[in-house]
Amino acid sequence: MSIDTDTARRVAKLARIQVPEADLPELANEFSAILGFIEQLNEVDVDGIEPMTSVTPQRLKRRTDVVTDGDQAEAVLKNAPDAREGFFAVPKVVE
Amino acid sequence: MSDLNKLTIAEARDALKKGDITSVELTQSCLSEIDKADALGAFVHKTPDLAMDMAKAADVRKDGGDLNGIPLGIKDLFCTKGVASQAASGILEGFKPEYESTVTSQLFADGAVMLGKLNMDEFAMGSSNETSVYGNAVNPWKRGNSVAELTPGGSSGGSASAVAADLCLGATGTDTGGSIRQPAAFVGVTGIKPTYGRVSRWGVVAFASSLDQAGPMTKDVRDAAIMLKSMSGHDPKDSTSADLAVPDFEAALTGDIRGKTIGIPKEYRMDGMPAEIAKLWEDGTAMLKDAGAKIVDITLPHTKYALPAYYVIAPAEASSNLARYDGVRFGHRAKLDAGDGITEMYEKTRAEGFGNEVKRRVMIGTYVLSAGFYDAYYNRARKVRALIKRDFENVFNDGVDAILTPATPSSAFELGSMKDADPVQMYLNDVFTVTTNLAGLPGIAVPAGVDKDGLPLGLQLIGRPWEEADLLNTAYTLERAAQFVAKPNRWW
Repeated sequence: MSIDTDTARRVAKLARIQVPEADLPELANEFSAILGFIEQLNEVDVDGIEPMTSVTPQRLKRRTDVVTDGDQAEAVLKNAPDAREGFFAVPKVVE
Repeated sequence: MSDLNKLTIAEARDALKKGDITSVELTQSCLSEIDKADALGAFVHKTPDLAMDMAKAADVRKDGGDLNGIPLGIKDLFCTKGVASQAASGILEGFKPEYESTVTSQLFADGAVMLGKLNMDEFAMGSSNETSVYGNAVNPWKRGNSVAELTPGGSSGGSASAVAADLCLGATGTDTGGSIRQPAAFVGVTGIKPTYGRVSRWGVVAFASSLDQAGPMTKDVRDAAIMLKSMSGHDPKDSTSADLAVPDFEAALTGDIRGKTIGIPKEYRMDGMPAEIAKLWEDGTAMLKDAGAKIVDITLPHTKYALPAYYVIAPAEASSNLARYDGVRFGHRAKLDAGDGITEMYEKTRAEGFGNEVKRRVMIGTYVLSAGFYDAYYNRARKVRALIKRDFENVFNDGVDAILTPATPSSAFELGSMKDADPVQMYLNDVFTVTTNLAGLPGIAVPAGVDKDGLPLGLQLIGRPWEEADLLNTAYTLERAAQFVAKPNRWW
């Protein structure tokens, strides 16, 4: 399947990665090459096969629903590019 | 003793226990070698002060375990408290975790000394260590008399380079499609990816969570057994870590594989396989046969579809995992223009912070998960993955104990030589290793010979789930028969 520049632009937008307009054709070409490779999967007969959800047969463990951690606001915010008054700060998101 | 840095973990452990050497001496020896080896690009964050503190503590500890006082390198993918942990990405510039990964916690609890953080491909996405924000890691080996710099492989290229050049006694690696085994083979060291769930992923920067496993990269099989034991075990903080007892892997190294059945899969005999790789594979088969193993031809019919399935599943999981890099909680945030809102902040931050290969994979993952394509790509790939796993189950049910294959389709290639190739050409490096990640199986690369230019070549053994002890013993038998002792000539 060949990917056009409109699709490349849409995927970049969905992935929240800014891609300059001039780079889109090259990106679309790379996507097409990779998807061409992936399309070999269409040769495989997968009738009646369940998609794998877990590679090792295991039941996820359960634990008691209690608070085990907390009061670490300072550590949580330590690496933030912009933290103020105990919060992560971001550009204005509401009018 | 001189050249303490050249000791194996087992040799150093025994010398430390006897009191012949101290961890301070051993650690100083490694630190001094690291400072002379910047040309290898292996260590990207050096922690000499921390290392000396840990070494001094080890020297006074009375009840130290097998790793007490042993200096190790840690791949940059592991979060280490207060020490830069960037996954070789610009988007984690300046990130210093407030916590310690489970693997490094366990290694340090056993007395290991951290020398610093090791280079890798960005977010472990690559097979040549050329996607790192720090620049390339370089293979200590050269091709004959050529001066051209070779790749140490990837993504654990820094780990491979550091162990092969004796900058540390062992290193941690991680393996999502071959990222421990391919670099180990390219530099002539041992590397094992354990069964999925054997080692906790907590605190390891996630690439593709259903495929990622950490493991050791070491100078020999015994050291791999020692280090793997320390790294393994159940962790309540990783819901996929298995609640199973960890065997004494070193005690399993008897060198006796009489009566074991080794499978040789015909699908791994690729068209155009270099004669030297085919010869190495035949030689390895003969060695295991001479050691008393029964050799059988087996078939793993869906092998051809492993790489295409991987290049759906891994990018899909990566696109989800890497969504967290948004410029809000850690790492890089782009400088914004007047009027930019939060969407521009995300888009600019991610455009600046991620390298090209990471962007490409995140976008491929986004595409295969997007409405209208999810079934055609992602679900189909997961069905093929189930078939790949079933291939292995069938041969194990037929009595096969381990499978022998080449580790890589070639020896180490020149840095820069794949620059103009399309991305799929680079992906083909993982053709022999990626199946075990998809099936969750343990796989180990063991150096077994050299090519015509004197470069190391490795063989891979794939084992039954949770039977790393048995797998390590088979690898140990192969190691003893192959007698790989070559070392790179020092040029750095």
